[in-house]
Amino acid sequence: MTSSEQAELIVFIILAPLAVVTALGMVLTRNAVYSALLLVVNFFCLAGFYVLLEAQFVAAVQVIVYAGAIMVLFLFVLMLLGIGNEVVVKEQMRGQRPAAVLLALGLLVAIVGALAAGVFDAEPASLAAANEGGNVEAIGRILFTRYTFAFETAGILLVVAAVGALVLGKRQP
Amino acid sequence: MRVGPGAYLLLSAILFAIGVAGVLIRRNAIVVFMCIELMLNAVNLSFITFAKTNGSLDGQVLAFFVMVVAAAEVVVGLGILVAIFRKRSSTSVDDVNLLKG
Repeated sequence: MTSSEQAELIVFIILAPLAVVTALGMVLTRNAVYSALLLVVNFFCLAGFYVLLEAQFVAAVQVIVYAGAIMVLFLFVLMLLGIGNEVVVKEQMRGQRPAAVLLALGLLVAIVGALAAGVFDAEPASLAAANEGGNVEAIGRILFTRYTFAFETAGILLVVAAVGALVLGKRQP
Repeated sequence: MRVGPGAYLLLSAILFAIGVAGVLIRRNAIVVFMCIELMLNAVNLSFITFAKTNGSLDGQVLAFFVMVVAAAEVVVGLGILVAIFRKRSSTSVDDVNLLKG
């Protein structure tokens, strides 16, 4: 075992339980602001995994866009709308919560079963050849050659989303 | 012991299942949105794991586009939430059971 593999193992052992615990905490805590802050920690853990998986650019975007912009937007809306604790006045469907937990567990078992069919023992290839000259450069090269159309479409989507948010946020006369 | 792709994919599956459970259990629409973000991130993690197993960068570009779409979705979704809150003074998903405001 090389030292870099050892380092990856140590970082994974620290980050993986943290990611699972923060995700569970986000679902279980009653206070929505705590949920948002736990989700920020979860996003930082995921950024750590991306670095381990040689995706430095996506890790940086994860911290800037998700942990930065999107979660600030969430917290802003939470503060704007008031942050009363969740009170369930009346269960709309009886037994929905246990059924939800059971269904989620069933989904987990199904996914893991599908994974166990062969991916678990896959040999990890290296991105060293693809990342030639740096991860950001390589991503930029592929983004502006093979994925130019998708990139332009994403720009249009963002403009439409911004205009849509303005229209929705405008007070009706 | 080496961290293989299986460990990352298992973690991704766990996070996705937690997100699904959150969407089904929680009643606050903003928290439901956060659970959807968690699911999108779990899928991103598997995309990036597969990028490494295949030795190509396409998975990373795909994860990047998922982030772009997630940002657009959050902007519009939170806009709709604010509009609903103005009408009904509530963000509980149980209160929004009619299409016509």
